[in-house]
Amino acid sequence: MTDKTRRSLVAALGAAPFVVPLLAKAQTLDTPSKFKVIDSRERIRQRYFPNLVLTTQEGKKVKFYDDLVKDKIVVFNMFYAKCEGICSPVTRNLVRVQNLLGDRVGKDIFFYSFSLKPKEDTVPALKHYAEMHKVKPGWLFLTGSADDMELLRRKLGFVDPDPEVDKDTSNHIGVLKYGNEPLQRWGGCPGMQAPDAIAEAISWVDWPKDSANMKANGGAK
Amino acid sequence: MAYISKRNRTKEKDRQTAARNRGELIAAGFKRRDLLKMGLLTSAGLLIPQKGLSAHPITSAGMVFDDPQSPPTTPFVENMPRLTILAPVASLAPAPTQVPQAGEGRTEPHQAFVQFPPQRYYEMSQQQGTVSMAPAGELPPQTIWGFNGITPGPLIVERYGVLGSPGNGSILVRQRNNLPSNNGGFGFPSVTTHLHNGHTPLESDGFPCFFFGQNKFYDYHYPNVYAGVNSTHPGTGDIKEAMHTLWYHDHRIDHTAENTYKGLAGAYILFNEFDTGDENTGFRLPSFGDGQNPLTSFDIYMVFNDKVFDEDTGLLRFDLFNTDGILGDKFLVNGKINPVLHVSPRRYRFRWLNTGPSRFYQMFVLGPNNTTKSFWQISTDGNLLERPVQVNSSRFSVAERVDVIVDFTGQAGKTFYLENRLEQEDGRGPTGNVLGAGQGNKILKIVVDGPAVLDNSIDPATIPANTTYFYGFPNTNDQERITRTFRFERGNGQWQVNGQLVGGCNQAPRFRIKRNTVEKWVFQNNSGGWQHPIHMHFEEFQTLTINGNPPSSTGLITRGRKDVFRLEHNMEAKVYFRFRDFIGKIPLHCHNVVHEDHAMMVLGQIDDVGDNNTQP
Repeated sequence: MTDKTRRSLVAALGAAPFVVPLLAKAQTLDTPSKFKVIDSRERIRQRYFPNLVLTTQEGKKVKFYDDLVKDKIVVFNMFYAKCEGICSPVTRNLVRVQNLLGDRVGKDIFFYSFSLKPKEDTVPALKHYAEMHKVKPGWLFLTGSADDMELLRRKLGFVDPDPEVDKDTSNHIGVLKYGNEPLQRWGGCPGMQAPDAIAEAISWVDWPKDSANMKANGGAK
Repeated sequence: MAYISKRNRTKEKDRQTAARNRGELIAAGFKRRDLLKMGLLTSAGLLIPQKGLSAHPITSAGMVFDDPQSPPTTPFVENMPRLTILAPVASLAPAPTQVPQAGEGRTEPHQAFVQFPPQRYYEMSQQQGTVSMAPAGELPPQTIWGFNGITPGPLIVERYGVLGSPGNGSILVRQRNNLPSNNGGFGFPSVTTHLHNGHTPLESDGFPCFFFGQNKFYDYHYPNVYAGVNSTHPGTGDIKEAMHTLWYHDHRIDHTAENTYKGLAGAYILFNEFDTGDENTGFRLPSFGDGQNPLTSFDIYMVFNDKVFDEDTGLLRFDLFNTDGILGDKFLVNGKINPVLHVSPRRYRFRWLNTGPSRFYQMFVLGPNNTTKSFWQISTDGNLLERPVQVNSSRFSVAERVDVIVDFTGQAGKTFYLENRLEQEDGRGPTGNVLGAGQGNKILKIVVDGPAVLDNSIDPATIPANTTYFYGFPNTNDQERITRTFRFERGNGQWQVNGQLVGGCNQAPRFRIKRNTVEKWVFQNNSGGWQHPIHMHFEEFQTLTINGNPPSSTGLITRGRKDVFRLEHNMEAKVYFRFRDFIGKIPLHCHNVVHEDHAMMVLGQIDDVGDNNTQP
């Protein structure tokens, strides 16, 4: 057990999350009023998109939800700059996807690559990696505190249920997650899939053709 | 324990420790300092019981971050609904056409429309609905997407044509996409409806890439003919290829899990002159009646699925970023959490279907004082065995079906439960451990308090052993044209088949089957951690060997015609396929729908050329 999970465990115990419903069963009245009414888009934000402060390859500080995800079509993946495995092939593949999507990237579609090794992925290392792969605007390489990056990785589902497999960072690099935040449409696909297939999958979460103003109006609400 | 890796044995030890700790925890009265003590003593003490025996889900967000648990509900209060039966319509507007027409999402003409003209029309609207899944006041009304706005969708009850006159069972089902743009958090309003596992011309099969958008319709032509009708058994088909318990569900590529979880799944049964639905004729299986009246309907379809509800809002919750598989902590039967079924003291046919998303079941009938009641398994995946086989349990993964006969004769006044005793901790599949009687998940309560009614159904105990009571199996001796191997694995967190990724809808087919030929396929799983329900559309297979041994006719039955192969830990199996009659595009995929949506799929086609790719 790592120190981190132990700390988290203690924190979880403090809240005793799994005991509460068992106790509550005998004590609370089973009425619908015990439930909160929360907009589903807001619930997704609460559940998956902590508003962490991250740092880009340009050294700029950004807030994960407010600045990167809100009102956008986004593509997420994981990498680290010194990766000798499939990071580079996935990044090169995504460059082709970026080219296929054209000037939409940076306008309403954004690519985000999150560091799996934030301690060694300094701003210059990120910048070097981005330049080496000739990525275009609209694609950020992001780092942050080790705890924040670990939280983000878990929130976005770049995990393996086997703790031993999960420790091997190479098991988090092959997958892309993508989605349309206001429309609440999300999906995932392999990072090494054919670029046109990835671009097609992203197109499925695009704004509906007959609702050009949907984004301006804040989505599908 | 045969297939459990060393790592999983360690895990099993942890689990047992955890179970002990949990016992201590309960004895300690849930005091916080005890929890802390337990938690600090052992990691397994807290983590594993959360998602182990009590079936709590694991999330993409990991174990200690945001582990969801459904609000409490009171089990065994509400009655188990019988499925609503869909009535045919007199006509469709616009009238169906062989070639796709304006407003239709179909892109290919019906290949058997002239040969098997539809005799009856059905129409369904895929739309949002509001349903109650728990006793009054315990959960808010749930917004679902359903066929006709209900989940499970309506039951289609049809018949094969009388032998010698094919076409009489031919139907056309018009599906309309009336789903809303606002999905309420999950759901993808673009659909394709798969009839699992009809012998259906492939343009009507619900191929994952044949999806259609909102406000469009798609005409599905189901001739309901036996395989062989245009080949080995011209004009009639092979009666040994009869199928009886089917289902239909959304199959939208990359988005099947959220759409089926949100409700887009329904049931479909076929009768004929042998499996008649009347216990006085044919095989004399318990009567279907009108499917509703408890005094005359003894053939009951049960759709199982597991779900999790948001602890704050009480609403159905789908884990958007999970790639491993999703487990629920609430078990539903026909749309209700832990319902009750009242039966009479006689024999019943239950048709069990698991719609997932990711859980495997091993179902027992639990009797008073933790006794286990045996029953008769009569089919695998809706295909009748050679004869009823007495078993203590049936195992079925996602999309598998099992038809059983449970005899409640002489049991008046007693209470039973359908109990799942297969331990599963996460989306990877079951651990391999089967829990003790009363230690599993009680899913359905069955009370034998109905009136005594006449039972003219066959008593399976009177059928002599080693006889063929049903159709018997088609032969598996014809020479194969090719043997192909499909190796299912995981690399860099991505699913792969034979080391390749699915290529998307625009790729060339990875394999081409020549129509009216035999193929043998080898399925391989080299993992000790993952299990996969492998599904092939359109044709059933028969298993030749599992890890070199013949399939089993008793216990956990693996001999028989199936359309889902349960590929367990470190398993290699060889199966026998005969592809007949129709052509078109076809997928082979994992039916853990979360794996399926993350590209655990190979797209191929049946045509009149074929290829020689032994490792597609």
